[in-house]
Amino acid sequence: MPLLELRNVSRHYGRLSAVDNVSLSIEAGEFFTLLGPSGCGKTTILRMIAGFDAPDTGQILLDGQDLADTPPERRPLHTVFQSYALFPHLSVAENIEFPLKMAQVAASERARRVRETLEAVSLSDKADAMPQQLSGGQQQRVALARALVNQPRLLLLDEPLAALDHKLREQMQMELIGLQRDLGITFVFVTHHQPEALALSHRIAVMNQGHVEQLDEPSKIYAAPRNRFVAHFIGDINLLDCTLLARENDQLRLAIPGLGEILAPAHTTAQPGQTGAFAIRPEQMLIGDPAQHRDLPNRRDGVVRELLYSGDVTTYKVELANGLHIQALLANVKPGLVQFFEVGDAVSVAWPADAGLFLDA
Amino acid sequence: MRKTSPWLWLSALLVCLFLYIPLAVVVVYSFNDSRLNAEWVGFTWHWYQVLLHDEEMLQAAANSIFIAICASLIATTLGTMAGIAIQRYKLRLLPVLTITPVAMPEILLGVSLLLFFIQVLHLTLGLLSVLIAHITFCIGFVAIVVRARLAGMDESIFEAARDLGATPWQTFRLITLPLIMPAVVAGALMSFTLSIDDFVITFFTAGVGVSTLPLQIYSMIKIAVTPEVNAVSTLLMLLTLGMIMLATRFDKSVLRGQG
Ligand SMILES: Nc1ncnc2c1ncn2[C@@H]1O[C@H](COP(=O)(O)OP(=O)(O)OP(=O)(O)O)[C@@H](O)[C@H]1O
Ligand SMILES: [Mg+2]
Repeated sequence: MPLLELRNVSRHYGRLSAVDNVSLSIEAGEFFTLLGPSGCGKTTILRMIAGFDAPDTGQILLDGQDLADTPPERRPLHTVFQSYALFPHLSVAENIEFPLKMAQVAASERARRVRETLEAVSLSDKADAMPQQLSGGQQQRVALARALVNQPRLLLLDEPLAALDHKLREQMQMELIGLQRDLGITFVFVTHHQPEALALSHRIAVMNQGHVEQLDEPSKIYAAPRNRFVAHFIGDINLLDCTLLARENDQLRLAIPGLGEILAPAHTTAQPGQTGAFAIRPEQMLIGDPAQHRDLPNRRDGVVRELLYSGDVTTYKVELANGLHIQALLANVKPGLVQFFEVGDAVSVAWPADAGLFLDA
Repeated sequence: MRKTSPWLWLSALLVCLFLYIPLAVVVVYSFNDSRLNAEWVGFTWHWYQVLLHDEEMLQAAANSIFIAICASLIATTLGTMAGIAIQRYKLRLLPVLTITPVAMPEILLGVSLLLFFIQVLHLTLGLLSVLIAHITFCIGFVAIVVRARLAGMDESIFEAARDLGATPWQTFRLITLPLIMPAVVAGALMSFTLSIDDFVITFFTAGVGVSTLPLQIYSMIKIAVTPEVNAVSTLLMLLTLGMIMLATRFDKSVLRGQG
């Protein structure tokens, strides 16, 4: 039995469907992420799970039990709020002690658990500080400690790292992974930051306008997006409109207007005649001198129009014969050489027949 | 630092003089060893001793203090609940309804309460009617101050308390109340001062039987402004001043909230 299950959950605000017929099941011990653009309903889902809001239709079950009649304080789960929501009139230790007090844990036991938890988040020296005396990262840790101290079955995290700077964010990501693995607590994590979702999660539900577009492991979400929305939302990708001409063995023959025919892997059930998009990641594109890559089946000539140097890699924007632009990415691995091509250089772009995929939605 | 125009200073000074000279006169003459408020004769505590033996005055003072304490306690409780409700439920009408008595001309409130007590409740005017009237106009002040304090707070902390296992009552007792306490105390002190020196509404709702300090002072000056009136006014002034200073110490927004 899954730990948490959402069955056809919908929530409307007036005429807006904030959450539209969402079904999810989350296993115990899982790091599950809700990923999607702002306003897609992530917070609304978390609030319904926590009990601050209720679905208009559908059910939320924990251990197979419907939560509809359970008030927030009796649900065996805790939330880490985006604003941290620390109690400003209580010290760090008192904040962490609060859930233990509510659970009527004995005073000596409380003191021990608070001490241990403070140690676990390396804040032992801040026990008596007030929340407003702490930095953002430290407050974040207190919020996490407070939510974890009485070992809930499930932890809900609403963009907990959004307010942190880049370095701290990466450090906290590491700590989150470690905590989740060590404690074995199920995490439902909300973010609109896709690299974070890919790095942390066991499974990701990509959301858009209240519904789930795709639910998969990070590598599947990245390598095999189910539709244009997911492809576009996760990472950078080239999307070229095309028509499916034929299925040949285990390959698809696609026609791209102005570029002719190309070959793509056949992993969909799409039938000839169907239109869609050919999707391929910039790092799968090979870019070279016009003479290079003659052995590859998919190869086009073009001109470099723009380039974006980002240290480890350079992204080249290449204009093809039909006026389409394609992005290709090269790692700057050659010592001393910062880029391989200049704007205006004639180049060829090519990709193997098993790279990219055909999206029919 | 920006240079302030001397004219601004001058006008501020004039306003202060205008406000405080009359008060200073009352205080000074309460120590004047003369029956008349005419010229300074010499220093005396005499009028304060007269005050201490004036049965009617003492009774009025006792009434005033009793009403002020009860009114501020009850109004603070109700006003705090109103302030929380306004903030929590983002109600449109409730703020208007609660705060209107604050802005309403006192005479209007006085007349309408009088009619209400006599014609609707068939209540004999007395301590109880004055008390109810005072509670009515204090609630709004408390609600404004409490709400102002809540408005500056992250609402998710109240959800966090529930989330961490607190019942609604525990959330109120352990989180909400301690956080709004300064505003609650300030509201109570303000209610106390508003109640103890209210004249207009008390005048309409007191009937003939009971008197309060302001009513008593008024009835005395109908005859003559004796130094005894000065003395009791001085005491009332001190009490009010003390309360207001206490209130502002507890919550800075009192000064802003009252406008
Ligand atoms: N109390 C409310 N009343 C009306 N509309 C609401 C309410 N709460 C949320 N919404 C709407 O529901 C939609 C989903 O909101 P939600 O907060 O779940 O988005 P989100 O995915 O968490 O976005 P973000 O990444 O910006 O936090 C939004 O369009 C929002 O405007
Ligand atoms: Mg949100």
